Order: sequence, then C-alpha cells, then structure tokens
Amino acid sequence: MKVVIINYGAGNTQSVRYAFERLGITPILSDDIAEILTADKVIFPGVGHAKAAMEVLREKQLDLLIPTLKQPVLGICLGMQLMCNFSEEGNTKCLGIFNEDVKLFEPKLKVPHIGWNTAENNWYYFVHSYYVPVNEYTTETCNYITDFSAAMQKGNFYAVQYHPEKSGKGGEELLNKFTAI
Amino acid sequence: MLAKRIIPCLDIKDGRVVKGVNFENLRDSGNPVELAKLYAEQGADELVFLDITATHERRKTLAALVEEIAREINIPFTVGGGISTVDDVHILLQSGADKVSVNSAAVRNPQLIQDIADKFGSQCLVLAIDAKEADGEWLVYLNGGRLQTELILFSWAKQAEQMGAGEILFTSMNHDGTKNGFANEALNDLSQLINIPIIASGGAGTMQHFVDTFTTGSADAALAASIFHFKEIAIPDLKQYLHQHNIPIRL
Repeated sequence: MKVVIINYGAGNTQSVRYAFERLGITPILSDDIAEILTADKVIFPGVGHAKAAMEVLREKQLDLLIPTLKQPVLGICLGMQLMCNFSEEGNTKCLGIFNEDVKLFEPKLKVPHIGWNTAENNWYYFVHSYYVPVNEYTTETCNYITDFSAAMQKGNFYAVQYHPEKSGKGGEELLNKFTAI
Repeated sequence: MLAKRIIPCLDIKDGRVVKGVNFENLRDSGNPVELAKLYAEQGADELVFLDITATHERRKTLAALVEEIAREINIPFTVGGGISTVDDVHILLQSGADKVSVNSAAVRNPQLIQDIADKFGSQCLVLAIDAKEADGEWLVYLNGGRLQTELILFSWAKQAEQMGAGEILFTSMNHDGTKNGFANEALNDLSQLINIPIIASGGAGTMQHFVDTFTTGSADAALAASIFHFKEIAIPDLKQYLHQHNIPIRL
C-alpha cells in the first residue's frame, strides 16, 4: 500500500511517519502532485498556523489538488481545520471540503485545549486552540468549553482533530482502520 | 472531559537515564527508550526528557536520542535542557519531539519565547520556571536553581503567556525533593492569573499529593521523577486512586 504524507512544512510529519512505521507501513513524505495522485491513501497532517499553512499550500498548488483527490484522505489536527471553509486563525479562506468555519475557543477554560479527552468513549490526545463546530459531517464529538467535532467524514475525506499518532492504542486503531478502508 | 495528566520526568546524561533507576523487568534500566516505553505502557499521559549533559557534543547526541524515542513512543513527549536558540528547537522538533521546554535562555532573552511561538506554534513551547519562596516572594532561579534572579514567578509567567508560551512547568524549589506535596497555593494563584495549562512539579510523595494538586492546586498536569523511578508509586495505582477520588483521568 502506498501511503503519502503531504509534506508542506507543517510541524509533525515525522511523528505521523513513525506512527505508520510502527504499524508496518512505510509512508512517503511528498509535496509532489504526481506522487500524491498515485497514492492509495493520503495523509494531510498539520501543526502550526492556519494562515501560514494555507500560504504554503497555495504556493505548492496543493490547495487546488487536495479537494479533487479521489482516494481516502485523512486530515489530522490543523489538516482537518484546513479542510473547512474558513478559519478564524489569521482569518483565512481554507480548502472548502467541509462547509464549516473554524472558530477560536472562548476562554471559559484554559486555551489551548491540551491533553487527553474522550470522543465516543475512546481516549485521544488533543492540542488546539481552534475547533470545528458539530455539523452534518461530524462522526465523533468531543467536549471542551463546547461540543466540537473530534472527527468528520464526507465521502473519501476523513478528518480528526486529535493526534492519532500520539494517542496510544486508540490512535493506532484509528490509523489501522483508515489504512484498511 | 479533559483528563488531568501524569507526567514522569527522565533526567538524561550522555544519552542515559540518571538517578539510579532500577526496574527488574527492564534489561537496561538506564536506556531512556526502554524506560519511556514502560511508562507509556503503564499509562503515563506524557513524558518529559531533561538533558543535563553539559558538553558541546550534546546537541547531536540528543537529536539522535529524540529520534529514537519518537520512533518507539506513541504518546507525546517534551524535551528540555540547555535549549537556547530557535535553531535548537528546530532540530529537536524535526527529530520528532512534540514539545520543547525552555528555561534559563528565556529569562536571559524573553524574545526567544515569541520567536519559538511564531515559528513553531505555542503548542510546542513549555516554559519551565524554577522558583523559590522567601519572605513571601516567589523568585525565579536559573541553571537548575543555582542562580537567583529578581524576576517574580507570577509576573514572569504572565509575560511568558503573553509572549506565546503554550504551557507553564512550575517547579517549586521549596518543595522539590521534600516529598511533602506540591506548592498548591502558588499553583492555584498561577492558575487564577494565567489561562494556559500549568504543570505542577516538585514535592510529590504520596498519591494524595496528586489529588491535592489537581484540586486545591488547580494544576492541569503533575510531573514527578523519583517516586516513579524508585517504584514508590506505580502509575496504574496512582491513576486508580485519582479516579476513585473523582479526578478526571485517562484509564
């Protein structure tokens, strides 16, 4: 199986790569359009700032590519947020795969939301200050300050707000399920 | 509900764990990767690796070790010790660290906090503060507590938050090593003052101490070293105890 991790200079690509290697899959890190198009599975990771990340995606023309992909795509953390319409982080237009806007948490509790929280009775590791509200594509819900989308799906596009690569056994199961699609 | 975090801290020197760790089920208890794996399996929520090597070669050795840990460990981990430039941070994050902890260098050059946050995001920056109370004042200390500064814990933590620190790791030197409990009053004051997560450090001796720091201390996470290394408290027992005392915890 050919798993390509989209490499656009966003934070934790190594951790995602190592997580797949622990599952016996050697992924390819690439920003090459031809390489991404021939993948069986595409991982769209991300740690960092939405506006800065969108600028890099536009520069590499990945903003045009990603919404047209036909194979299963998994967005992780910022990757998930960038798959939405718009983000309050830098007030930037995003990829528009999910017709939702990304919002900043109201500081009723500490922000960022850092640590282990549950979605559908599984423990996952979260690190984020922005969130996607619950919407028609939400498949797992988490609560911190408000209910928000822990996972979403629309056709071949899958997305998780948490970090499966850092979420112990629960995270490994999610990655295994995704690679088995 | 967001769980309170239990974080074992491993001191590393020349790529080896120091502080007389002794686990009979580990072939090599000085191997940071082996010990980290064991803690992860036992339910540690995160790990902190503190490099206390004082040689110029340290950066290369540390990066290789961080990569090895990142390959093996499926929970988040923080690396600290002697980080003084954006470049240091870049190397460690590239090697697979999730967060870095910065201490003395940020006191010397507070701009470093903003530079790291701007470049890599606040989520990867833990500001470590060692402080000691004397005559009702909490003063910040540097270089593992050897040098006193004129900085006040609370104003420094507030400034760090404003400059982009993602978490504060507060070690009370009055409590560290005493096993008499965490500095809960100061921890709670910090939590009232700033709105980023606070990791309590220094003073863990009993399981009740963890309950206390999560309740009266309002801590978001608690870090300890020797009580875990010397098996005075096992992580699964601690988490059961916390759960029984209605502390939200990942089981």
